[in-house]
Amino acid sequence: MGAGGHDAEVLSEARTDHALISGLVGRARDIAGVAGRQWDVLNDRTGLVVRVDDVVVKAHRNGTDAAILAARLRIATYLEAQRILLQPVRSREGRLLFEVEDRLVTIWPAGEPVRPDDVDAVPWEHAAHLLARLHTIPTRGRDVAGPLPPAGAPHRVARGVAGLGDGSASAEIRRAFATLPAWTYSAGDTPAGSGSVVHGDWHLGQLVWHGTARETPGWRLIDVDDLGIGAPAWDLARPAAWFAAGLLPPRDWGRLLTAYRAARGPAVPPEGDPWPALDAPARAFTVQSAAVAVARAREAGRPLDDVAIALVDACRRIANVALRPCGYGDQ
Amino acid sequence: MQCPKCHSLMRTYNRSGVQIEQCDNCRGIFLDYGELESLTQLEAQWAQQVPPPPPAAPGYPPQQPAWGSHPPYHGHHKRHGVSRLFFSS
Repeated sequence: MGAGGHDAEVLSEARTDHALISGLVGRARDIAGVAGRQWDVLNDRTGLVVRVDDVVVKAHRNGTDAAILAARLRIATYLEAQRILLQPVRSREGRLLFEVEDRLVTIWPAGEPVRPDDVDAVPWEHAAHLLARLHTIPTRGRDVAGPLPPAGAPHRVARGVAGLGDGSASAEIRRAFATLPAWTYSAGDTPAGSGSVVHGDWHLGQLVWHGTARETPGWRLIDVDDLGIGAPAWDLARPAAWFAAGLLPPRDWGRLLTAYRAARGPAVPPEGDPWPALDAPARAFTVQSAAVAVARAREAGRPLDDVAIALVDACRRIANVALRPCGYGDQ
Repeated sequence: MQCPKCHSLMRTYNRSGVQIEQCDNCRGIFLDYGELESLTQLEAQWAQQVPPPPPAAPGYPPQQPAWGSHPPYHGHHKRHGVSRLFFSS
């Protein structure tokens, strides 16, 4: 935003779909009442996300199920009451879900994310606390009224692997994928006893500082696209995968894990080795992240970068461990 | 006092300075004037508590899985690697 923003009238300079962006900015004006003089595309990979003044408008990815998204928005409203997740902006008629250019659209208050170039500022303890509170929300009774969809993480893993091509890196990733239990890539196979409310796509970009006069300021989770019932270990699995791939300093991983345990999060036992609980989803996210990194490098005609290479190396180790006599057992 | 619902005996408990009457029979809870507000306030304070700082890590360095990286951290990846943990993959 600010210097990086665009003049709303100069749509010819847009990086992505002009008509869609124009429609999103218009919706922000109509529904959220913002002036809409400044806008900025925050993300155009996983659904188009545009910030317009103090709100963020999201066009959800093609093929998003309206009924499931509506159920997720209903949970978001409940979770804001718990100061866990931002809640969507409603229209005057109370609607949460809109349509622009055949895409499902939601509007959110804009929070301030941690900047990716300021990794020392990451509030690991706050993140752990929010996740632990999310995971301990009762899933029965009146607290989260209505049915909850399954978390989207397994679908995300399946989608990542479906985009693999040929070549040696893809072959390594497929070998690692072959070690995964079915519940990590097929939502229908979720094991019994894994019924927590989980974010489903948690990473450091899903954490914002939000402060307004109306609501209590604080750190909040954002993004409901994969929110639902699942194994709570999913939400620790991506940082766990990064740590196991040598991409996240042990100190940072230790802060997240220690604080999550201190907040009595249910994804890992309170003490001892956390890996029996984390291993399968962490392997799944390693496979998924490697697959997406390889696919993006191929699309852009670039060689694999350091991060992609570290993830593919981790996939090779995953497959090699599976060949040992004790392997992964039932994990 | 007697439970207004099932007329069994109610017992008085003290929770964080708030007096609560609970029925021994139906487990119903009776709150006097202002007690609900006191409880709500206490809950809000709890929810806003800053998470405790990490204790001087007994389990440090954290354990790696069998397929973990050796060495556990590629220092040269630091900026690049962690910064990619800010995006959906």
